[in-house]
Amino acid sequence: MTASDLLNRLFMAVLTLLGVAVIVFCLLRIVPGDPIAMMISPSATPADIAALRAHYGLDLGLPQQFGIWFMDVLKGNFGTSISQRRDVMELIGERLPATLELAFAALVFGVLAGGVIATLGTLARRTALDPALDFINGLFLAVPDFVWALALVLLLGVFWPVFPLSGRIDPELSTYFHTNFYLIESLLTGKFSAFGDLIAHMVMPMLALGLPLAAIVVRTLKEALAEAMVQDYVLLARLKGMSPIRLVLQEALRNAVGPTLTLTGVQFTFMIGGTVIVERIFSYPGLGNMAIDAVINRDLPLIQGIVLTFGAIFILVNILVDLIAGWLNPRGAAHG
Amino acid sequence: MAEIVTTTADAPVPLRSLPMKTIKPLLREPRVVIAGGFLILLLLIAIFAPYIAPKDPLEQDLMLGNMPPVTSPGAEPGYYLGTDDLGRDVLSRVLYGSRIALTVAFVAASLSAIIGTLMGLAAGWYGGWADRIISRLVDIWMAFPPVLLSVLLVAVLGSGLHSVIAAIVIIDWTRFCRVVRAETMAQARLDYVMAAETIGFSRSHILWREILPNVAPVLIALVSLEMGIAVIVEAILSFVGLSLSSDIPTWGGMIAQGRQMIHQGWWVFVFPLIALFATVLAFNQLGNGLRKALDPVMRR
Amino acid sequence: MTQPLVAIEGLSAISTRDGGAPVLRDVSLTLEKGEVRGLVGESGAGKSTIAKALLGILPSTVKVTGGFIRFEGRDLLAMPRRELSDLMGRDITLIPQDPQTALNPARRIEAQLTDGLRLKLGMGKAAAHERALQLLDEVQIRNPERVLNAYPHELSGGMRQRILIASAFALNPKLVVADEPTTALDVTVQKEILRLIRRMQEAHGTAVIFVTHDLGVVAKICDRVTLLYAGKVIEDGATADMLTQPKHIYTSALIAAGPRYDRPNAGLEPVPEAVFRQLRAEIGIAERRV
Repeated sequence: MTASDLLNRLFMAVLTLLGVAVIVFCLLRIVPGDPIAMMISPSATPADIAALRAHYGLDLGLPQQFGIWFMDVLKGNFGTSISQRRDVMELIGERLPATLELAFAALVFGVLAGGVIATLGTLARRTALDPALDFINGLFLAVPDFVWALALVLLLGVFWPVFPLSGRIDPELSTYFHTNFYLIESLLTGKFSAFGDLIAHMVMPMLALGLPLAAIVVRTLKEALAEAMVQDYVLLARLKGMSPIRLVLQEALRNAVGPTLTLTGVQFTFMIGGTVIVERIFSYPGLGNMAIDAVINRDLPLIQGIVLTFGAIFILVNILVDLIAGWLNPRGAAHG
Repeated sequence: MAEIVTTTADAPVPLRSLPMKTIKPLLREPRVVIAGGFLILLLLIAIFAPYIAPKDPLEQDLMLGNMPPVTSPGAEPGYYLGTDDLGRDVLSRVLYGSRIALTVAFVAASLSAIIGTLMGLAAGWYGGWADRIISRLVDIWMAFPPVLLSVLLVAVLGSGLHSVIAAIVIIDWTRFCRVVRAETMAQARLDYVMAAETIGFSRSHILWREILPNVAPVLIALVSLEMGIAVIVEAILSFVGLSLSSDIPTWGGMIAQGRQMIHQGWWVFVFPLIALFATVLAFNQLGNGLRKALDPVMRR
Repeated sequence: MTQPLVAIEGLSAISTRDGGAPVLRDVSLTLEKGEVRGLVGESGAGKSTIAKALLGILPSTVKVTGGFIRFEGRDLLAMPRRELSDLMGRDITLIPQDPQTALNPARRIEAQLTDGLRLKLGMGKAAAHERALQLLDEVQIRNPERVLNAYPHELSGGMRQRILIASAFALNPKLVVADEPTTALDVTVQKEILRLIRRMQEAHGTAVIFVTHDLGVVAKICDRVTLLYAGKVIEDGATADMLTQPKHIYTSALIAAGPRYDRPNAGLEPVPEAVFRQLRAEIGIAERRV
């Protein structure tokens, strides 16, 4: 990827984010009721309301209103949550790290598990294991994260209760943290009992999010590997005495990983969306769980803040994927 | 998911000659037969639920709360799958739950398909401005995480069955639009379209009578897949309490209820989950089977 | 008389995919040390099947029904897997057809060129690097350090083919199988590559099996030629004899039809249908129902 490509991508990203902001703005303006009433605490006086009305320029036309609203958004001023009576940015700052840790754990699990299974499947091609693997993977592909989460609740929470069913950490351990990235902090500061507890809480939501991703990685990567394995350079390497596992890992994998990576990026963004429901099921205190509470409470400032945060992450991930894909494939740089 | 863009390389088989010629290969595809059979059975259950269900799904009997299924000791006769905490019959509620699930599946998938197909045909066949505007719209749509968009939409539209269906349609029309657009463009390049043009058929005549029948196979498979997605989305929204009021039995609502009291009785949780899983799997396998069976290239 | 390097005796094979259609019919040929042998024929003549059998990479759809391939007296077809893979890449190597697909786009040239040295000879990194530089010099590549550091897409097709040739000769093999190594190249580059293969072959004393459909290429590089049709050896002899005094009508028709060195892509179509009819009658193939 060249510098101009990157600039182009960044420009498109800003444009898309602007589109998302416009849609959020419009949607929240269709909602019946006075937007001001949604943004203030119920204890506000009529004078407060008038001041806010002037501040948001609600007497102005829609484009000006959007301008003011958008400038506030750029400054990170999303207003005050109605249901929690706290600054929206502050609430997001508390919850986002939990969601990010979960999403990245699920991503790592999905890619590793999928990668290992695809590699084993490639090594086992032309054996009976191969079609069996494809069949099982087909079933896995049909099961969405929501159903996985519920099945896991049942299997690992009730019938064979090895992992805690809800929450992020044992409440007794959570008071020691300085940041909201509990997992990273506990690892860096050597609080291994807290780390173990965090992992135990994370296993089930991580599996629920990661298993569908793993299934997709298996299918895409296996197809790409099969294609790469019949190339002449693999044949030559085999003649030179390279072991089957090295043939797959060293010769085929790097050429096969491109489409998988792009797809993983797309799936990762879906997975971030999936955290909403999975966090709910496991009462995991992340951004998604809070989003559903916000919707149930019709807490519009909070909803708006969360949606824009998710949108920004979504777009950021897409840019990162493009960058990594360009870096992994040396040909892309030349033709690109 | 991979893009389901398939192209008939030569001599397409129009769907007009549908009856036996098209149905036969469908019946040879086991996934279509098994999943289709299951879904027909489910449809019959949904239609005749009042006659099949052993109890009234709403009837509470607090004396009979949390009864286990018949296989467990201490079961109450007549309550085959046990009762929930309010003493309502789980079997009857699961059977009635199929009504909401299938209603949402059929209505939401059909509406998404109609809107998406019209947009896709317009973009793919007429091109130019129509294509540019529609494609840009699809791009912006794709920048939203779907689950989040549905939650946002339900927040705006309010909860309820209509909002759920509207949210699914508003989000998922793009799936149809993208595939139909690509397929239409591929078909438009084929010789039979040129032949129709030289005969002097009008553009719209060619679109409806020549192109659409050839896009239809892909579309049918996609509708089936979309029905599975709609069932899941409805279940998710019921689960978080944004779909229907809790006295109407839905699988998602039952699962949420069962999740709360999972340590008291697993059966309230498990049976609607099995129903949900089987239904989603059936729509998914039917869709994949149809795609394979109807695709002239893969069939050859 | 010394033992030939390769002796193929009565080799027959069928395609399991094509309903048991024969792909090789009782093929016998011998190859002396240091000899360059052309295997010529149209596609489907069986020349690639012989090449693949020599490399031990017959596809699973081809089944050998009889005969032997002896390499220095050892039967390649009956050899244990381990011994065979030890032999391949060391004593028998391949120059592939298409330099576009024969180099791994994701690995640097140095890694690919030294694979064999390190895996088969157990060379260290530094020693392999030295040897790689030497090899690139041998195939007349200037600024070898830069090339070693490059990715395949940064090099021209001719350059890549030189690297593949260097790689094939890296371990001083006894036999190199060249599978139409010039088909994918420009005419001007073709000449250089042919000359290079010939020179490398002479310098290393290596025997070469040169698979091609092009009699012009054969004339340029081969000591002896084996002409195949439909899996059967039609004529076998010294190149000069065969080109000047062909014994079989198919051979003379091919020479007359003249897919020559200067017209490499002219194909074999002009051979009269009557010749094919006679060939099929000789071999015993039923008339094609085209």
